[in-house]
Amino acid sequence: MSTLEIKDLQVSVHTEDGPKEILKGVTLTVRSGETHAIMGPNGSGKSTLAYSIAGHPKYTVTGGSVTLDGVDLLAMTVDERARAGLFLAMQYPVEVPGVSVSNFLRTAKTALDGESPKLRTWVKDVNTALANLNLDPTFGTRSVNEGFSGGEKKRHEIAQLELLNPQVAILDETDSGLDIDALKIVSEGVNRFRAQEGKGVLLITHYTRILRYIMPDQVHVFVDGKVAESGGPELADQLEANGYEKYVAGAAV
Amino acid sequence: MTVTDVARESVSAALEVDRVESHLNPPASYDLADHPVPSGREEIWRFTPLKRLRGILDGAASEAHLTWETTVPEGVTLREVTGEEVVAMGELAPNDRPSALAAANAGRAMLLDVPAEAVVTEPVVLHLHGESVEDLVWGRLLVRVGANADVTVVVNHTGSARYAAITTVLVGDGARVNVLTMQDWDDDAVHLGRDAIRVGRDASVKHTSISFGGDLVRMHANVEYAGPGGAAELLGLYFADEGQHLEHRLFADHMAPKTKSHVLYKGALQGAGAHTVWIGNVLIRKVAEGIETYEENRNLVLTDGCQADSVPNLEIETGEIAGAGHASATARFDDEQLFYLRSRGVSEKEAQRLVVHGFFNDLIRKVGIPSVEERLLKTVEAELAKNVLNAGSDGPAEEAP
Repeated sequence: MSTLEIKDLQVSVHTEDGPKEILKGVTLTVRSGETHAIMGPNGSGKSTLAYSIAGHPKYTVTGGSVTLDGVDLLAMTVDERARAGLFLAMQYPVEVPGVSVSNFLRTAKTALDGESPKLRTWVKDVNTALANLNLDPTFGTRSVNEGFSGGEKKRHEIAQLELLNPQVAILDETDSGLDIDALKIVSEGVNRFRAQEGKGVLLITHYTRILRYIMPDQVHVFVDGKVAESGGPELADQLEANGYEKYVAGAAV
Repeated sequence: MTVTDVARESVSAALEVDRVESHLNPPASYDLADHPVPSGREEIWRFTPLKRLRGILDGAASEAHLTWETTVPEGVTLREVTGEEVVAMGELAPNDRPSALAAANAGRAMLLDVPAEAVVTEPVVLHLHGESVEDLVWGRLLVRVGANADVTVVVNHTGSARYAAITTVLVGDGARVNVLTMQDWDDDAVHLGRDAIRVGRDASVKHTSISFGGDLVRMHANVEYAGPGGAAELLGLYFADEGQHLEHRLFADHMAPKTKSHVLYKGALQGAGAHTVWIGNVLIRKVAEGIETYEENRNLVLTDGCQADSVPNLEIETGEIAGAGHASATARFDDEQLFYLRSRGVSEKEAQRLVVHGFFNDLIRKVGIPSVEERLLKTVEAELAKNVLNAGSDGPAEEAP
């Protein structure tokens, strides 16, 4: 069981001209076992939604609530949210020079479980997770995200998803910049994750392409900081055919 | 040809070089009149808190010594010689007042001799220990490495003293030398050190300076070249705590063509009044065509109340160079790095610990002395335990409105 419940979420960022409101009341519930796709044009606030839920310090929540199984996520620090079961696969994963992937993964796993993983099974698990994402075993000795290609960064994010195995995963434009082979590999990883009992996925994307490989239960059209329309997978097909024009025009009025 | 002959030839070759003065590095001289007592306004002294030198610059005579505990592998000799002897062997003359005073007052010198062609696998370890900051100690060391020899020398400083030392490393043609000086003093020590290296033709030298302890540490690492093809890698790692002044001054004097210098110093600061100074300088003389140089300093400021001064300099007398550059950056923790690590469940302190280890790791891996590398990882951990891992808390959400 894990339900991510976002209610009337309002978020602003600090700019030179004072605070700017980005999210204008987002309401959305991802229930146990569901995959929701959030689609929207650039600048609609999709990434802001992802980063505010994860607790990025740049964003200020001015109203609303986010709970995971009824527990208030917004009252938690970034790492407490992760330990509560939340995972964010980032669009632009950050380089951490001098920290090896294997050290990073072990540190994260230890933090999440409250004890270090058993060495023998852990090494095997890491190698399997890397191999599943078509990453070489020597990948573990490289510094986190340093010198990774765009595709390697995204595959590394999904390898983490599988190893750390959260309750709810937010995937922020994990498909952007991937060629078709990498997209398939990444999608398979996400599908293995959500094939488990009770996992929730919030998939943020600009394109419908990834939805051919990861079938969502619900699709939300995100425009100007809020959900403009929600529906089943067929909504993605309509967007594919017609684009965001009618929503954007509506928002501008 | 003996090693001494090589050194003499090098000296005479150096005299033929056009005398171009570096504005940051006064000409070397044994004459104390050339190194007057500084007022603190001089370019080479303006970052150093003179009062905390505890009178070293007055230059009083002293009989006090550090205790030497040494590991001298077979084939290498360590012995006492007179001041006149080391000068005759080609000691590189003092370039500031503390080193001039050390040469004048030490009374004797230690000579570490590595014969030509010797390949010494085990490091030479000179462990110098001081009993008390009341002791004023003058030190003088000459390391003489013969042609094509291969040796690693570790000089480790512990305990306490007011210590000024002049050290010279003469590297024969084609030799490979790794020298490391570790300042692991007690809290009240004052250490003014000058290491000067003369790199033989096609020789390669690595010099690493590591400063953790002491109230005030000011180290020079100078390198010059006896002929073309020499390469020097100058590394440094420092960790300044509350109230500590750690200063590192580098000078690569490219006086021969096709020589290389590569400088990388990394430091971290934590606690009120922690002060680090890094002054890099590279002089490329007219004759030094086709040289390559790069100097880099990075500082990580872990808490409020610290000061990191970092000044890279480059003085170029010829346009015919293969490459020359420098970089300096001083920063706090990167919020994006911490967010990334914390979003994986890692606590703020643990994330900071990872970032600092990562910051130093690539440098530590370059040291090339396994026993020291291992110890450095532990020392960084111990330094972090003093502050980063204890200060602050994981406390309530800063995100909450």
